[in-house]
Amino acid sequence: MDFRGMIVIMMSAVLVNNYVLRKFLGVCPFLGVSKDIKSSMGMGIAIMFVMLLASVVTWPIQTYLLHANGLGFMRTVVFILVIATLVQIVEIVLKRYIPPLYDALGVYLPLMTTNCAILAVTISNVSNELTFAQSMVNAFGSGLGFFLAMVLFTSVRQQTEASQPPEPFKGMPITLISAAILSMAFFAFEGVVENLFG
Amino acid sequence: MNTIIIAIVSVTVIGLVCSVLLSVVSKLMHVEVDERVILVRSLLPGANCGACGYSGCDRYAAALVEGAAQPNICTPGGADLAKQLSSIMGLEDGGVVRRMAMVHCLGDTETKRAKMEYTGMNTCRAVKLHFGGQNACAFGCVGFGDCLKVCPSDAICIEKGLAHIRPRQCSGCGLCVKACPYDLISVENASVAVAVLCKNTEKGAVLKDKCQVGCIGCMKCVKECPADAIQANDFLAVIDYAQCTGCGKCVSVCVKKCIIGF
Repeated sequence: MDFRGMIVIMMSAVLVNNYVLRKFLGVCPFLGVSKDIKSSMGMGIAIMFVMLLASVVTWPIQTYLLHANGLGFMRTVVFILVIATLVQIVEIVLKRYIPPLYDALGVYLPLMTTNCAILAVTISNVSNELTFAQSMVNAFGSGLGFFLAMVLFTSVRQQTEASQPPEPFKGMPITLISAAILSMAFFAFEGVVENLFG
Repeated sequence: MNTIIIAIVSVTVIGLVCSVLLSVVSKLMHVEVDERVILVRSLLPGANCGACGYSGCDRYAAALVEGAAQPNICTPGGADLAKQLSSIMGLEDGGVVRRMAMVHCLGDTETKRAKMEYTGMNTCRAVKLHFGGQNACAFGCVGFGDCLKVCPSDAICIEKGLAHIRPRQCSGCGLCVKACPYDLISVENASVAVAVLCKNTEKGAVLKDKCQVGCIGCMKCVKECPADAIQANDFLAVIDYAQCTGCGKCVSVCVKKCIIGF
């Protein structure tokens, strides 16, 4: 296994190609659940978990079912179907066997059955023709990147909520502006990862 | 044409497999929920205020049905709810003591003196760190509404830089008590007749300059009280509700009008 290649995939998924801050996917939970640190961490961990799980399931489907039959163009529909089913099943199983975890993640799981960031990870896995192991690393890195973005932004947001911006900027406008600045800050990682590990 | 047929067939098959899997799993893994829990949960107000000591209405409903909790500890629900819950659980109705929060400060912008113009962060907690607040009196309400932000029943309003409780809306959950950095709010039984609405322990001569309605510890109410329910240590009158009869004599003698009758 190419260890260095794995690290590059991982770090670029976390920093350079951060799903929220660089690709602007999954912005809905990013803005919606970032009001306090506890729920944003819960959401981040749940997203990480679902991204990994979705990649585990969709990679074989794409490779052995869709690609083998020349149906690669159907992957968006099939992936949505499969991921939604999967998350539902996970929810049911958690409720039965691990109630505390269900209580902790329960609110967030249905929220992201059809989250675009999840779908994007699974599609980028197959469209970049990653191997199974690489897909796992990519999914984990993307989830970690999402978690990082959530936690960072929640801290920023708690500060802006308590401060006094000019009247027209109060509420959502200042939130969007701070998200934009955070996103610009992440542009600084461009090229860093390749030069460090490449 | 062939590709279209294959696509339609395979997606249909995948969809079918998914739906069958889902229904099988939901049948196999079905969790029996006591129907009383659902019934209790639907009766609870759903404020998730935590006044009962559980982390939310769901937890309280589960604890009640398990027998770990009493049916009369939900203050927002009040006596009616306690009666309903008791009949569901087959327990005796213990009744609910209605409780209510009160702000122990009367100084609004007209009666208390400001010592600075504060333009920093908009929370009570932040302003307290800044030389104890923008008012000359470092004990009183600063009016940035930390209490208002946590109130689940919209029972607090800020007027002229002072927090007020709307008694009818207050459920007595006590979240504001924890939120106030000045410890100005207390939750008392709603039946109390009088209250000292000041927390300042400074000498009268010092306080007079800062606030017109602060307790100066003149001892008039202490002498007047027929039940010996008022103590005035540290230049501040404190009522012992265990002994207070609610006669209201202290209200009429208070020179600063900071003892209020309800």
